[in-house]
Amino acid sequence: MPKENQHKTIQNPQFKEDNQNRTSQNVQSNADNPQPTTQNQEPITENQEPRTKNQELTTHNRQPTTDNPQPTTDNPQPTTDNQVLIKVENLSKKFCKDLKTSLWYGVKDLVSGIAGNKAERELRPKEFWAVKDINFELRRGECLGLIGHNGAGKSTLLKILNGLINPDAGKVTIRGKVGALIELGAGFNPILSGRENIYNNGAVLGFTRKEIDAKVDEIIAFAELEEFIDMPVKNYSSGMRVRLGFAVAAQMEPDVLIIDEVLAVGDLGFVLKCFKRIDTILPNTAIVFVSHNMPMVSRICNKIILMDRGVAKFQGDEVGKAIDQYYTRFSNNNSNVVFDDGNLELVKAKLLGAKNLNNIPHLHWGDDFQLYLKFKINNLQIVPSFHVLIFDKEQRPVAIFDSNKEQYLLDKKDTYIEFNVLHHNFQLSKGMYNVGLNIYKSERRDPIMRINDLLKFQILHDIDVSPPFFLKSNFKFISNV
Amino acid sequence: MSLETKIYQKENNLKLGKLVKESLGDMYRSRFLARQLATRDIKAQYRQSYLGIIWAFLTPLATAAVWIFLNKSGTIQITDTGIPYPVYAFSGTLLWSIITESLNAPTASTKGAGGIISKINFPKEALIVSGIYKMLFNSSVKIILLLAFIFLYGVGFHWSQLLFPFVMLGAVLFGTTLGLFITPLAMLYSDVSKIISMGLSFVMYATPVVYAIPESGIMKTVMELNPFTPFILTARDTLTGLAPEYLVYMLVLLATCIPLCFLGLVFYRISIPVLVERMG
Repeated sequence: MPKENQHKTIQNPQFKEDNQNRTSQNVQSNADNPQPTTQNQEPITENQEPRTKNQELTTHNRQPTTDNPQPTTDNPQPTTDNQVLIKVENLSKKFCKDLKTSLWYGVKDLVSGIAGNKAERELRPKEFWAVKDINFELRRGECLGLIGHNGAGKSTLLKILNGLINPDAGKVTIRGKVGALIELGAGFNPILSGRENIYNNGAVLGFTRKEIDAKVDEIIAFAELEEFIDMPVKNYSSGMRVRLGFAVAAQMEPDVLIIDEVLAVGDLGFVLKCFKRIDTILPNTAIVFVSHNMPMVSRICNKIILMDRGVAKFQGDEVGKAIDQYYTRFSNNNSNVVFDDGNLELVKAKLLGAKNLNNIPHLHWGDDFQLYLKFKINNLQIVPSFHVLIFDKEQRPVAIFDSNKEQYLLDKKDTYIEFNVLHHNFQLSKGMYNVGLNIYKSERRDPIMRINDLLKFQILHDIDVSPPFFLKSNFKFISNV
Repeated sequence: MSLETKIYQKENNLKLGKLVKESLGDMYRSRFLARQLATRDIKAQYRQSYLGIIWAFLTPLATAAVWIFLNKSGTIQITDTGIPYPVYAFSGTLLWSIITESLNAPTASTKGAGGIISKINFPKEALIVSGIYKMLFNSSVKIILLLAFIFLYGVGFHWSQLLFPFVMLGAVLFGTTLGLFITPLAMLYSDVSKIISMGLSFVMYATPVVYAIPESGIMKTVMELNPFTPFILTARDTLTGLAPEYLVYMLVLLATCIPLCFLGLVFYRISIPVLVERMG
C-alpha cells in the first residue's frame, strides 16, 4: 500500500498542496487573517464561502448545504482528485422504539419492499427519526468529522453510508471503493490461528486470495505479531486481536473510508500507528470519521457535523466551533465540586474586568486576568494553599497559577477568606476555557476542596490558533552587514 | 479511471432482471469469501478434537449400524423394499438430510454471520453459497459411505448411478429455494425456525425415507403428493438401477424451482437491509 501511495502521489503532485490546505484551514478559518499566502489557498477559501452562509443548520432552517454546490469551474485545477466522492441529500432514517412492533414493521417492510415501496415514509406509531435531513458533500482528500452525544444518530448515518441499511428518505451517492473501519477483525474464528484468520477477515473485507497471499507478511509485520501468528486467536489479548484486525483493514485502498469508534481500543502506540496510516491514505480518500475524541477530530477533520437527535445542529468547516458546541452540552453539568471536606465553602468566584456576554465572561487577549474568590470558613486555623488551574475546552489542563506563598494563621473571628489572583497580560489564545481550583491544607497535601468547573471564560482575539497560548513576540532581525 | 457509483435511497426502481443479475454477479465475485467462510467453519468444527475429520464418518456409521442391528435382529419388520434395507434407509436419510440441511442452511449462515452483517458490507450471497458448501462437505462423507454400502450389499454398479449427483443437486436447489424464502422471516421471528423444524419432523414420516409408500390408504395419497418424495425416490432409483417412477414429478418441481430460486435470491437480497436494521 505505501508503494501504491507513493505512486499516486507522484502522479498528482497536487496532493501535497491539498494537505497543506487542509492543515492551514483550521488556523485560517477566520478569514481576517491576511497572512496565509498565495494562490494555493484561494480555491479553498472560495469553496468555503457558499457554505459559511448557511453553516448553522437549525431544525427550522434546513437549507440543504449541498444545494449550494461548490462551483467546480472556479477551481483552477479540476483534477479527478477533488471530485465529490460522497453526496448525501436530505437523508433520513427512522427507527422503532419497541421490539415487537419493530419486528412487525419489519415484516410489513419486507412485503412492501418487494413491491418497491415508493410512498413517502411517515412516522408510524412508536417510531422516531434516528437521522433526519442530513446533507453534505465530501471530496477526495477531505475528512468529515461526525460528532455528537450517544444516540445522536452517528452510527446510523454511517450504516446508511456503508449501505448496510436503506434510508427512508433522501439519497446517498458514493463513488469509488468504500472501506469501513467499523468493526475490526470481522469474520475471525477464535479457535483458528491468527494466520488463518487473516484470510477470513481479508475475505470479508473483499480481498481475493492472491491479494492476501501477497500481503500476508506485511500484515503480520504491521500487527507486530510474528511470534504469535500461528496461535489460536482466542488466546490473543483484546489489543492483539484489534491490532491484527487493523493490520488487515489497513491494506484496503478505499476511495471512501468510514471510521467508527474502533480506534479507541488499543494502546497509545497502536493508536498513533493507526493515525499515521490514516494520514498516509488521507490525501487519496474521502473520510467520514466518527469519534468522541475531540483532539483527534480537530487534528484530522476539516469539515464537521455536530449531530443531535438525528439532525445536524452544526455543520461546516469550523471544526473548533462545532467542538465548542459539543462541549457546551456537557458543561451544563453543575456538580463540579469533586471533593469537599466541609472546612471551606465557596461563596463567590468572579472574573474581574471581564465583559459578560451570554453569561460567559469575556476577556481580550492580553488583558489582565483577575480572579476574585471568596470563601466562608467553617473550620480552619491556617490559610490553605490555593491552586488555580486553567483547562481548555477539551478538559486538558493548559496552565496552573503559582499558589499563595503566605499561609498566615486565621483569627477565630475571621469568617471569610477573600482574595484576588492576578496575572498580568494574559496570553491564552482565542477560545473557551475553564477555571479549576484545588485547595490543600499545606502545599499539595491534605486536600480540602477540589472544584473542576469553577467558572468558564472566553478569550477574544482576532487570530485563531489551535495551541492554547498565543505568546507575544518580538522578532529582532540581525543584520549581518 | 471511472469509479463505481453506488446510490442508496429508499427502494424504488426495482427491476427483477437487474436484481437477479446483481445477485448472481455478487455471488460470482464473492466465491473466494464463500469458500473461505465454509473452510473456516469446517476447520473450526474439527480443530478442537483428536479424531478430527473421522467424526464426520463415525456419526453416520453409527446410525447405519443401529438400523442394520434393528433389521437383522428382527426388532422392526418392514415391507419388502426391493433392495437391501440398509441401502434403502441410508440413501433415504442421506437425501432427506441434504434437503433439510439446504433448507436450513441460508437461515443458519445468515444468523451465524449476524455480527458481521450489521457491521460490514459484503455480498451476502456468499453466506448462502458457503452454507451449500458446508452442506455438500457433510454430505460427501455420507455419500462415500453410501457407495461402500451399495457394493457391500451387492447392489452393484449401474450406469444410472452417474445421474445420482444431478438428482442430489436438484434436491439442494429445491431445499435452498424454500430456505431463501423462509430466511428473512426466520431472522425476524424465532417462531419461524421452530415451526420449520417441527414441521419437517412430521413431513419426514410422510416421505419414504425409512419405509416405502404403503400400498393403499390415505398415507399413500399424501406421500405421493409430498414434494419431498420424488427427490428421495428418484435418487434411490438411480442408485439401484430401477426405473425412476417419479422422474416427471421431480422435473416439474425443478422447472418451477429455477425461477423461484432467482426470486428467492432477490427477496433475500432486498430483505437484508430490513433485517440489519432490526438486528442492530
